[in-house]
Amino acid sequence: MGSKYFDIRTLPGFAFVAMVTFFLLYLPIAALVAYAFNAGSSISDWEGFSFRWFASAWQNTAVQDAAMRSLVIAVVASTIATAAATTAALATTRTNAYRGLTFKYAFINTPLMVPEIVTAVALLIVFSRVKIWTGYSGLGYLIAAHTAFCIPFAYLPIRARLESMDSSLERAAQDLYATPWMTFRRVTMPLLRPGIIAGFMLAFVISLDDVVITEFVKSGGQDTLPTYMLGQLRRETTPEVNAIATVFLALSVLLVTAFFFINRRKA
Amino acid sequence: MPKPEGVQEKRIAVEARGITKIFGAGENALRALDNVSVSIRQNEFFTLLGPSGCGKTTLLRLIAGFEYPSEGAILLDGTDIATLPPFKRPVNTVFQSYALFPHLTVAQNIAFGLEMLGKPRAEINARVAQMLKLVQMEELGQRRTDQISGGQAQRVALARALAPSPKVLLLDEPLSALDYKLRKEMQIELKRMQHETGITFIFVTHDQEEALTMSDRIAVMSKGKILQIGGPRDIYERPSDRFVANFIGETNFIDAEIDGATGGAAAVIARLPGGAQIAAGVPDGMVPRGRVAIVVRPEHAVLARPDEGGQLRGTVENVVYSGTDTHFHVRLDGGNPFVVRSQNRRGTEAAFAAGDPVAVRIQDGAAQVLRD
Repeated sequence: MGSKYFDIRTLPGFAFVAMVTFFLLYLPIAALVAYAFNAGSSISDWEGFSFRWFASAWQNTAVQDAAMRSLVIAVVASTIATAAATTAALATTRTNAYRGLTFKYAFINTPLMVPEIVTAVALLIVFSRVKIWTGYSGLGYLIAAHTAFCIPFAYLPIRARLESMDSSLERAAQDLYATPWMTFRRVTMPLLRPGIIAGFMLAFVISLDDVVITEFVKSGGQDTLPTYMLGQLRRETTPEVNAIATVFLALSVLLVTAFFFINRRKA
Repeated sequence: MPKPEGVQEKRIAVEARGITKIFGAGENALRALDNVSVSIRQNEFFTLLGPSGCGKTTLLRLIAGFEYPSEGAILLDGTDIATLPPFKRPVNTVFQSYALFPHLTVAQNIAFGLEMLGKPRAEINARVAQMLKLVQMEELGQRRTDQISGGQAQRVALARALAPSPKVLLLDEPLSALDYKLRKEMQIELKRMQHETGITFIFVTHDQEEALTMSDRIAVMSKGKILQIGGPRDIYERPSDRFVANFIGETNFIDAEIDGATGGAAAVIARLPGGAQIAAGVPDGMVPRGRVAIVVRPEHAVLARPDEGGQLRGTVENVVYSGTDTHFHVRLDGGNPFVVRSQNRRGTEAAFAAGDPVAVRIQDGAAQVLRD
């Protein structure tokens, strides 16, 4: 009222709240990154600049194991999840609307809404039974669990891409003698690729980052990087954890940046 | 309703036989096409004309194979293709949105259909070059589709659809996205390409002027039915019913009474309000009786002074100058409006002004009885 345009920036205190929010968001991260370069072994007292904790983490076999495990789980789980999400997205967009379609959207996205701890406990109970029946206690359980909660994350960007795609392109391909399979291979797939890459990257980051479900599902000696770090924090903490987290952060930033550019180029 | 269509017996390219298309079911069912039959001749520029929602695009999509008819058959060279998927029909489409593949170059777009048909590389390259030449885009084959203008995209869409030499080319309002000048150019271009390739064109539009300019024959559609099929002149000068007369061009409607038949087979004598008699054409198969509606195009009548005589009398209400023509809006003595259009010539002033009493002379053969 009074002024012609409403601009949220003119509200009293807006700048202050914004500054505080950013400060609170990024200060802890900045501190974490800074202390990764601490020469001393404290995470609160600065004793000079050094790469020693990065070297130490790099040479720590427990860290190596956990990192490798995280990577294997993330690659396998997000690959399967992306494949499943792609077929699900095709099946829910390349069809005429029918009764129950909305229900299917909701069903696919349920894992986003179910509290993670509930899924974790449920999986713990089911998998402990399966472990007894089958005698198998390998990485398969973690991969299956990660695949399951990664699917909706992979699904969302793929579906968004499919929905924004002009469906007359596929009709044009069919009109030009392309069978449904050729239409998919030569038209749908190339146009969908940025969505699939985005879906894969999202699923990959989500899997890499997971603590709760992994902590419940893993067998002994199956620590991933995040659960290893959690374990370390329970004991005496050194800047090694900071160093690992910093590398993690750098990788995530790299991935998200790459994802941004890939999407922009092909849009 | 197969109609006799003149004496010349040309081969039929596409025939729709008793096509009904119903979308949805139950209370929401929509009858997009209602028992439509039409024969399109080989090497013909055939236009489906009608307002949006009349079923013209549905009919085109049925021929392309994007929809399947609820009832009826679609014959291509005599064989029923109604249930074949689009990739098995020797028919190509130019889409309203052009639907060019954004991840392929202009040349790759044009080659797409030929590749899907499994043609050898050398043949494809030669054909693509030929098509680029046909649409005058030889230089632009390596461009991406987002690096060309709207008019060029239109040409690429055309070249892509023509490249596999389809038996029939379907065009779904392909000019609607172009500006006026470019549209005029493309109308002539399209006619030239149809002539050069010898391919049957089925063209969908809601633009009556476009239909009249380009078509060999036009089918006027409304509410899922074909109301009239004929050449542009037939459709314009002898509209069979009120919808066709109204949809195409400007028209005067006059209420009249049938007095009897003339010597000719397809004409009757009608008595106009005011008592004058006039010979009027009759749509095929109609035997008019009693009160009928008659149409007269505004340029098929002239104004005269009352003492010079004419079939109708009235007063000029308004004179509108529009460049090439002048429109005289006349209020007839009975109270109905009547418009006369006369072409402007250099140096002459409009002969009548608002308030002048006038007689309206309708030219011989200009009056047409409507089927109502």
